[in-house]
Amino acid sequence: MDLLDVRNLNVNFQLKREDLAALIDINFSLKHGERIAFVGESGAGKSILGFSIVNLISRPGYIKSGSIKLNGNELSHLSNRQMRHIRGKRIAMIFQDPMMTLNPVLTVGEQMVEAIRSHTDLRKKEAKNLAIAKLAQVQIASPENRFNQYPHELSGGMRQRVIIAIALLLKPDIIIADEPTTALDVTIQAEILELLKHICDDNNVALILISHDLGVVSRVAERTIVMYAGRIVEQGPTLEIINDPQHPYTQGLLNALPQMSLPGHRLNQIEGAMPSLNDRPKGCAFHTRCPYVMDKCKQKQPDSLYNGVSHVACFMVEDMMKEISDESYDFDEGDGPDNGAYLLSISQQKGDV
Amino acid sequence: MFRFLIRRFIQALIVMIVISIISFLVQGRLGDPVHQMVGQSVTLEERKQIRDELGLNDSLFDQYIRFAKKAVRGDLGVSYYYKEPALDVILRKLPATLELSFSAIVLIIIIAIPCGVIAAIKPKSILARTLMFFSTIGLSVPIFIIAIFLVYFFSVEWQIAPSFGRGETEVIFSFWETGFTTWDGIKHLFLPSLSLALALMPLFVRLIRSEMMEVLQSEYIKFAWAKGLSPMRIYFIHALKNTLLPIITVAGIQTGTLVAYTILTETIFQWPGMGFLFWDAISRVDTPLISAYLMVVGAMFVITNTLVDLIYGLVNPTVRLSSHGL
Repeated sequence: MDLLDVRNLNVNFQLKREDLAALIDINFSLKHGERIAFVGESGAGKSILGFSIVNLISRPGYIKSGSIKLNGNELSHLSNRQMRHIRGKRIAMIFQDPMMTLNPVLTVGEQMVEAIRSHTDLRKKEAKNLAIAKLAQVQIASPENRFNQYPHELSGGMRQRVIIAIALLLKPDIIIADEPTTALDVTIQAEILELLKHICDDNNVALILISHDLGVVSRVAERTIVMYAGRIVEQGPTLEIINDPQHPYTQGLLNALPQMSLPGHRLNQIEGAMPSLNDRPKGCAFHTRCPYVMDKCKQKQPDSLYNGVSHVACFMVEDMMKEISDESYDFDEGDGPDNGAYLLSISQQKGDV
Repeated sequence: MFRFLIRRFIQALIVMIVISIISFLVQGRLGDPVHQMVGQSVTLEERKQIRDELGLNDSLFDQYIRFAKKAVRGDLGVSYYYKEPALDVILRKLPATLELSFSAIVLIIIIAIPCGVIAAIKPKSILARTLMFFSTIGLSVPIFIIAIFLVYFFSVEWQIAPSFGRGETEVIFSFWETGFTTWDGIKHLFLPSLSLALALMPLFVRLIRSEMMEVLQSEYIKFAWAKGLSPMRIYFIHALKNTLLPIITVAGIQTGTLVAYTILTETIFQWPGMGFLFWDAISRVDTPLISAYLMVVGAMFVITNTLVDLIYGLVNPTVRLSSHGL
């Protein structure tokens, strides 16, 4: 059985006049210890998805329909009190900006011990020992001293380590990391990513990584889910997504990476901007920016189809699949040499993705 | 810490010098002091002689230096009406005013904080809307109207609290006249302290509410929710502590307003404190008493604000008093 199973999840924002869809028909699942990533531009709904799983969407957002099952237990029906025992204990979260995530007026220790004691019956002393052990586990030097310090006395990378330690405190099944390295120095980013990866491996914790950075994703995630305007447009193994992107949006995203542009030339970009929630176009939401747009794209939303490797929601891919019989297909024409391999080689050389 | 205190002391000194100049000008210029002292039968020559004896014909600067030298020794002149050193008269009334202010501050703290927090947590609830409604009224209706209503209901209609005076008092530590130790004293304290508290409460309810609402939007509160903490812990430990930081500073500045309101409250409730005395002094043009009052209140203001800064440094870990030399 899958650890986490999300089926037909719809999240809306209830405004005074209208009810705007922020997430539409989200389907995915997560196995024990698996690392998956959600990618997409800002506003694609990645973060809302992360918060929906633990039912912490800020108002006026709400889960309209769908099911979220953790170990087969439905989460979306739980009361706030029951949900509290999932948050932090079964599903932990890591936020974007470590400078803002810790409470400035409480010590690191207080913020760790309170998390332990609100989910277990451990005594203060035992909780303290556990907290210090976890600080050591995330490679923080002299954890006993750090325990008594305030967040402002720690550097950004150090704080993100503390936050990872807090996430690990209660041996969760899943860690949801929402842009965990975006606010960090490039040199620290790689360290934190490696740490996160190892921590998840060592503790058999599943990871949901939310990022706009395909470089980050390629280093950590086994599976990648690409989102656009509240929908999943493509999902599959990370290597496949990067080496052989099917959806025009995924291709555009990869093409927009700085490494894909020639030196001295303008960076590639996807023309236009993602539509906002209240003027999502009819049909496929990407059709306004898609270079391969067809008439039916403007009429109907394509279904997500499995091509043997990935799930893709695109009419062009659908047509190709229908046509396909003997010849191999290749969308990469004009995209330069094999994107993914190129990207990976660069990220390995630089070590800074 | 030490540097902080030194710097604070120098600041206080400057403030006190400014206040003393104002006091001095009040004493010398508010009407003719000779006219206040003598009767109608005194001739012009005699008046001129008194004027010379008092040094009122010297330059303003010389007069101020003389005033300041005396003030440093605690001599702020003799009250025309009480025929006693003005400072003694004021200090005798100090306990009454301090007890009134203290009770009002306690009331503000125990009422305004929960009200502000509730109004911030559920801003759309009926309770929060009611609180906001009454705080708007409280902000806009002057204190003497509120006080008169309180007297009407509590003293006249229901007859549960006396409307004037301090009631029975006891002297403790041989100099402090307190109303806290007797039931009668506490009963008399009820209406004045309530109306003084009501004068400042709406401001604090609104401040705490808006500050708390902002704090509740912050990332660290979201993270606290994601840790699965109890709502009580999130609201009253994580959010409230951060909410109170700016409130502490405002509270320090509001001591000035509090002093101003004690004058009104004490006059309405015939509370025998400094404010009431000051009111009397003005109507009698008792200038030494007026200037002594200004000096004492100025000193109180400086002391409270120093204390407030110290408290702020203790509550906010990102402020290190010693390293910042605040």
